Amino acid sequence: MTSQTIKRARFPRRTVLAGSTATIMASGVPFAEAQTQVSEGMDVTFEVNGRAHSLRLDPRTTLLDALREHLLLTGTKKGCDHGQCGACTVIVDGQRINSCLSLAVMHEGDSITTIEGLGDPEHLHPMQAAFIQHDGYQCGYCTPGQICSAVAVLDEIKSGIPSHVTKDLLGPMEHSGLEMRERMSGNICRCGAYSNIAEAMAEVAGAQP
Amino acid sequence: MKVFTYERARTPHEAVTALARTPGARFIAGGTNLVDLMKLQIETPEHLIDIGRIGLDTIDDTPDGGLRIGALVRNTDLATDMRVRRHYGVLSRALVAGASGQLRNKATTSGNLLQRTRCSYFYDPNQPCNKRQPGAGCAAIGGVTRQLGIIGTSEACIATHPSDMAVAMRLLDATVETINVHGQSRRIPIADFHHLPGKSPHIETSLNQDELITSVTLPPPVGGRQFYRKVRDRASYAFALVSVAAIIQEDGTGRVAVGGIAPKPWRIEAADSEIPKGSEAVAAKLLAGASPTAENAFKVSLVERTLAAVIQEAKAS
Repeated sequence: MTSQTIKRARFPRRTVLAGSTATIMASGVPFAEAQTQVSEGMDVTFEVNGRAHSLRLDPRTTLLDALREHLLLTGTKKGCDHGQCGACTVIVDGQRINSCLSLAVMHEGDSITTIEGLGDPEHLHPMQAAFIQHDGYQCGYCTPGQICSAVAVLDEIKSGIPSHVTKDLLGPMEHSGLEMRERMSGNICRCGAYSNIAEAMAEVAGAQP
Repeated sequence: MKVFTYERARTPHEAVTALARTPGARFIAGGTNLVDLMKLQIETPEHLIDIGRIGLDTIDDTPDGGLRIGALVRNTDLATDMRVRRHYGVLSRALVAGASGQLRNKATTSGNLLQRTRCSYFYDPNQPCNKRQPGAGCAAIGGVTRQLGIIGTSEACIATHPSDMAVAMRLLDATVETINVHGQSRRIPIADFHHLPGKSPHIETSLNQDELITSVTLPPPVGGRQFYRKVRDRASYAFALVSVAAIIQEDGTGRVAVGGIAPKPWRIEAADSEIPKGSEAVAAKLLAGASPTAENAFKVSLVERTLAAVIQEAKAS
């Protein structure tokens, strides 16, 4: 991970957080292309961060690999690649999903928002700014997924989606720390920045953590 | 992943027609389990039929006062539906106890029922597994069994069904509805939908090879206080060691189903009538004939204690 160390040393933390310039060399070769057999390409068109993209892809290409390897939007990270860590979280048609468990060709006509679409270093999304203010990260690798998830979580609470810790299924949803933590359980942070992430989310939600 | 071809179906009829036409084809909807297993080459479909846009994604009232849940209704949407929250609280609770927010946004009702076990030996292609390769043997038996089944298992397989939602569906006496390419439909009671492993653990459901699940129907609400209590190794985002779904009426009668202990959602109707006598009597009926391992024998007492907690909570409220 020497390349990562060098990059991190050169750029201030804010730049790394914005995602688009954080080049972590987790995987150089798309998995599909590393196979000896080749699939016939499939055409798919979807919108990413407000821009339409038409791609011809091996159907095995996950949405995550399409974003990273084909559109070079490397802000979205590949962690476990099995839906367990949440580093690959993106927002599709307003809902957060694990982009590693979705084939890109399944997203015809969808509207996808990645960390690059939420904000940039000059125009931070309030959640990005709150993560910086509250130190909601250490190494930063899980951070784009955490931020996409956090933005969607506040929308989920607002739209009345219940969670495992919701006491009254029929009552209004709360912005409590317990709710935030439960709803964020699909995003793992190896550095353990959870309490600072909860504080960042609480600030954006206008509630106490 | 192994190479596969892919097509998008536009209607349920197109989906079953494509299935009948293409050997080795599988449906894909949410993909949260199938794509994972394809990456590990545990699932190797030659052709995928994407049924994500064929409809079947609404929840409708039935004439008798129940609900028909479209097969492709997402777990989040089902848990959030106000009719489900109000009248089938155990289902809403079971859904939000499962997986993560991201997964629930993609996972579908029928996909949830059809998900494969999370037995670590099933997931490890270097270990023999009768589910993956019939006749290969079972590395779980004699292996690390803490998470595995204590009842309904066989000498060929001790894996559990991982779903929370299915436990609530079993408690509510749901019915799975299917169609095939010949236009025939079938209604399968949820009790008969999942199979016990016996000598053929690779056959997990009574779904025929040419069938598509179209909906899951719930009978009219039965009222009562509804609970889904899940016990697991961490507070969130983990599979159940034991889970108890229960509906307890004001007079102390009710019904229970248990997850995390068997190859299918575990319900013994004879146990329901024991509820007024208390958790020990219920557990004795539910777990008669259980064959736990030394490592997962704790689940026997955990079932009883989780039942006790639920019955106590029902009394207190």
